[in-house]
Amino acid sequence: MPNSGVEVLFEGSNFERLLGGLLVTIEIAFISIMIGTILGVVMGLLRTVPTRSLRLLLRLYLEAFRIIPILVWLYVVHFSFSPLLHIDISGETTAILVFSLWGAAEIGDIVRGALESMPKHQAESGKALGLSKGQLYRYVLIPQAVRRMLPGAINLATRMVKTTSLVVLIGVIDVVKVGQQIIELGVIKAPNASFWVYGLIFILYFLVCYPLSVLSRKYERRWQS
Amino acid sequence: MSENTEILLEVENLQKFFGDRHVLNGISLQVKRGEVTVILGPSGCGKSTLLRCLNGLEPVQGGTIHYLGQNLTGEHVNWREIRQHIGMVFQNYELFPHMTVIENILLGPLKAQKRDSKEALQQAETLLDRVGLLARKNDYPRQLSGGQKQRIAIVRALCMNPDIILFDEVTASLDPEMVREVLDVILGLANQGMTMLIVTHEMGFARSVGDRIVFMDQGKICEIADPEQFFTEPATERAQQFLNIFEYNKL
Repeated sequence: MPNSGVEVLFEGSNFERLLGGLLVTIEIAFISIMIGTILGVVMGLLRTVPTRSLRLLLRLYLEAFRIIPILVWLYVVHFSFSPLLHIDISGETTAILVFSLWGAAEIGDIVRGALESMPKHQAESGKALGLSKGQLYRYVLIPQAVRRMLPGAINLATRMVKTTSLVVLIGVIDVVKVGQQIIELGVIKAPNASFWVYGLIFILYFLVCYPLSVLSRKYERRWQS
Repeated sequence: MSENTEILLEVENLQKFFGDRHVLNGISLQVKRGEVTVILGPSGCGKSTLLRCLNGLEPVQGGTIHYLGQNLTGEHVNWREIRQHIGMVFQNYELFPHMTVIENILLGPLKAQKRDSKEALQQAETLLDRVGLLARKNDYPRQLSGGQKQRIAIVRALCMNPDIILFDEVTASLDPEMVREVLDVILGLANQGMTMLIVTHEMGFARSVGDRIVFMDQGKICEIADPEQFFTEPATERAQQFLNIFEYNKL
């Protein structure tokens, strides 16, 4: 088959460059999920406190990320804040900042939901066995809350991995951008390259997200009662 | 026998409010070792609340509860310690869904009582065997029927070696055909001399298991009577009305 275009994937350092781009994608997602989880747990706990004003504020924060597209957040931080404040933050740092804040909002909501859905009787049942408060949380409440949270948290992680593709638009060279560069470079020589390049990117995203999806389903099945 | 007259629990003039509602209004009651007290009464009469006050799940606003002479209504009550002696079984079993049957049973003995794991396991298995569920010890609660879950919950309370067990409408959530297997376990405990306070709506069971019946209405004890007497000729009109609900006369 002459000139199918598949060879473009292995020309020069193209394949390594694509994997390098994927690494940027994974890096942004991974760091953001880590920071987002830590902030999110704190935020989730704060969302169950009795102080109404604090709860309202955190609720608005969550809504801000749900209502305003992530792309707009990336633009606002990258093109408005950094010139305004005269600070030079790279596209990648912007991305990690925005994704961490988004993750914190969503994880916070997942944590809040898990805590609020914990039946009061489970705590009473533990107390009736003479468990201390610490033991109650350690053996009864936290294990159950984590089980309730995991499917939602893993789902969020896959959404974050996918949404990192937006960072192209603030100039970060991620796997999608590398793919575009390869295609544009060979547009005359290999007009079919886009099929193979995007096909590979398709598979790469799948390989990153599918294990997460499997994990989430496994936990959901094992822990539903 | 002196053991049979030992007073385990003594409740005096207990007062409990939920907001403006006076849920318990001057409850006084004594529970002796080995005695089975069945508490009857219409929904909302305060019988479940009374049980919950006895192991500190509900704070009280007046009156006293003494357990073996120790005041449970004062300050600095060590409820963790008390609850190891006053066990409770709930209407909806409340097994821990993320633990197996045996883990559910051993949590209290190992963590709260810090007992030797070998000894506790042996006791747990003996008790499981007695309720016919030893084969299910590594199952999760979701794999069991309602009746089986409730029998496990009873074993979980028993394995703490409590002095008293409180049963809060333990058959109310069960399908009718599973009620029997749970009541049989409780009857067995009564025969072994376990001290129990039982809130139930099963009248036949109340009659056969109870050493005495406590009839409550609107936060007060209306009468305390021997089961035979209570079910044949109740002293109060209120109890008479209550019992009539359970009679189905031919039209």
